[in-house]
Amino acid sequence: MSIAVPDPQIAAHLEPGALSAGRRQRWRELGRELLRQKLFLVGAVILLWWIVAAIFGYQIAPQNPYAQNLTAINLAPSGAHLFGTDNLGRDMLSRVIVGSREILIIAPLATLIGTVLGAALGLAMGYLRGLFDDVLSRFVEAFLALPLVVTGLIAIFAFGRSNTTLIIVIGIVFAPLIARTVRAAVISERELEYIAAARLRGERALYVMAVEILPNVLAPITVEFTVRLGYAIFAVATLSFLGFGVQPPSPDWGLEIATNYGQVTAGYWWEVLFDALAIASLVVAVNLISDGLEAVLER
Amino acid sequence: MVAFFLKRLALALVTLWILSVLVFLAGQVFPGDPARAILGPLAAPQAVAALQRQLGLDRPLLDQYWRWISHLVQGNPGLSYQYQAPIGPILTSALYRSLKLGLLAFVIVVPLGIAGGVVAALNVGRPIDRVISVLGLSMTVVPEFVSGIILILVLGIGLHLLPISASPPAGAGFFTTLKYLIMPAIPLVFVLFGYIARMARAGTIEALSSDYTRTAVLKGLARGLVVRRHVLRNSLLPTITVIATQTGYLIGGLVVVETLFRYPGIGSLVANAATNKDFPMLEAGVLTIGAVYMVATLLADLLFSVLDPRIRVAGAEQG
Repeated sequence: MSIAVPDPQIAAHLEPGALSAGRRQRWRELGRELLRQKLFLVGAVILLWWIVAAIFGYQIAPQNPYAQNLTAINLAPSGAHLFGTDNLGRDMLSRVIVGSREILIIAPLATLIGTVLGAALGLAMGYLRGLFDDVLSRFVEAFLALPLVVTGLIAIFAFGRSNTTLIIVIGIVFAPLIARTVRAAVISERELEYIAAARLRGERALYVMAVEILPNVLAPITVEFTVRLGYAIFAVATLSFLGFGVQPPSPDWGLEIATNYGQVTAGYWWEVLFDALAIASLVVAVNLISDGLEAVLER
Repeated sequence: MVAFFLKRLALALVTLWILSVLVFLAGQVFPGDPARAILGPLAAPQAVAALQRQLGLDRPLLDQYWRWISHLVQGNPGLSYQYQAPIGPILTSALYRSLKLGLLAFVIVVPLGIAGGVVAALNVGRPIDRVISVLGLSMTVVPEFVSGIILILVLGIGLHLLPISASPPAGAGFFTTLKYLIMPAIPLVFVLFGYIARMARAGTIEALSSDYTRTAVLKGLARGLVVRRHVLRNSLLPTITVIATQTGYLIGGLVVVETLFRYPGIGSLVANAATNKDFPMLEAGVLTIGAVYMVATLLADLLFSVLDPRIRVAGAEQG
C-alpha cells in the first residue's frame, strides 16, 4: 500500500465532525448489509404498504369509508364488501385502509419529538454529569414509575383529548427513556481521546456535545428511534382503544375496536378482527425493522 | 445490607412523593370545576359554592395538596365523585382483584420466559433460537387489546373453550376462577414473554461462555449437570431485574386487559375514573399503581442483592 494515499479511516478522524469519504462509504456498506436481512425486508415491505395506504388511502379504498348505508348493516365479508360492513353499513375494508393515516402521522411525530428532546437531554446529562445529572435522573425515575399508558391517560385527561395533545404527551413521556440510553452512550464516548483533544483545543461544551459526540452516538439514537416508534404505535392504538387517543369519527384502528367490540358477542367478528390484524402487522413490521437496524448498527 | 435497603427505600419514597405532586398538578390543570361537575349544570350557585367550601377547593393550592396528602398517608383517600362513596374499600378490593390476575400472568410467564430463553441459548444460531427470539420480540409489541380481541374471537366465540367475561360467579372455587382469569392473563403473558426470554437467553449465553462453565465441562461433568448447577444460577440474575421492570408493563397491560374483559380491577378503575372525570379516584388509583411499582422494584433490588453477594458488599462499603 502506497504511503501517499491516505487511509479513509484516518482521514475521517483528522477532520473534526465532518463527513468524509470514509464515513459515506461506511453508511453505504451498512445499507447493503441491512438489505441482506430477510426479516428486515419483510418488515420494510409491510411498513411501506401501510405508508402508501396512509398517504393514498382515499384513492385506494374501494368505497367511501364514511358512507353509511343503513340497508346493508353488519354484513359478513363478501364479494361486495371484502371485510364486511359495520353497524352503520360502512365498508370495513375502506375503513381499515384509511384508518392507517392518523396513527402513522401521530406516532412518528411523537417519536421524533421524544428523540430530539431525549437526545438533547441525554447529551447534556451524560456530558455535564454532576448535580445536574443527579437531579434530572431523579425526575426521570419518577416519570418511569408509571407505565406509559397510565401517564398518557393522566396527561390527556389534564390537557384535553386532541391529536396535538397526544403527540406532545407521548413525545414528552418518551424523552426520559431515550435520554437514559443516550446518556449511557455519551458517558462511554466522553472518555475517548478525541473528546479530550477537543477540550484541550478550547472548544466549548455545546460544541463538543453537538459536533464531536453527537455524530458518534447517532447509531444508538437511530436504533432507539425505531424501537420507540414501535412503542408509540402501541401507545396510540392503546390510548385510542381506551378513548383517550384519536377521537371519533376517525376510522382509526384502536378506536374502531373500542367502538365495535361489543358487537363481537353478536357474532360480527369482522368488525374487529381486521383492525386488530392491521395493528398487529404494523407493530411487528416496525419491530422487525428496528431489530434489523440494531443487528447491523451495533455490530 | 440494611444500609443498602434503607437507601433504596428512601429513594423510592422521594420518587413517590414527586409522583404525588405531579398527579395532584395534573388534577389542577384539568379545566372546569369539580363541585360543578358533581352537582350538575342546573344546580344553584350557592350550592356549588357551599360544596366548593366543603371540598376545600377555595383554599390555596399548597393547602389543598397538604390536606390531600396528609389524609392519604393516614389511609383516607377521600370520596369518589362518581360513586359518592369512600375510595378506600373500592380501591383495595380492586387492587386485590388485579393482584390475582397479575400474579396468574406472572406465574405463567416467568417459567415460560426463562425456559424459552435458556432453550434458545442452548441452541444458539439454530432455527429454534431464531423462532423463539423473533416470536418473543414480535409478541412484545402487539398491544394487549389486540391479542386479547383475537383470543376472544378464537377461544371464546369461535371454539367456545373459555368464558369471555373475566368475572367468575360469586363463590366460585379455585379452578373455576382460574378458567375465567386465564384468557385475560394470556395477552399479558404474550407481552412479557419476549423480554424475559431475551434476558434469560443473553444471561445463559454469557454463563455458557464463562470460565467456570469451561472448568466444569473440562472436569468431565455431564452437560445437563453443568447447565443446572452452574449456568442457570448465574444466568438468572439479570433476568430477575428484568422481571421487576416488567411490572410497569404488566400494570399498563392490566389497564387495557381489564377494560377489554370488563374485569373490575385497579386498571379499569383508573381508566373509568379518567373517563368519568373522577379526580380523587384517579389520583388515588394512580398513586397506588406507582407505589406498587416501587415495591416491586425494591423487592427485585433486594432479591438481586441477596442472590449476588458482590452487590451487598459494595452497597455496605458505600453506605
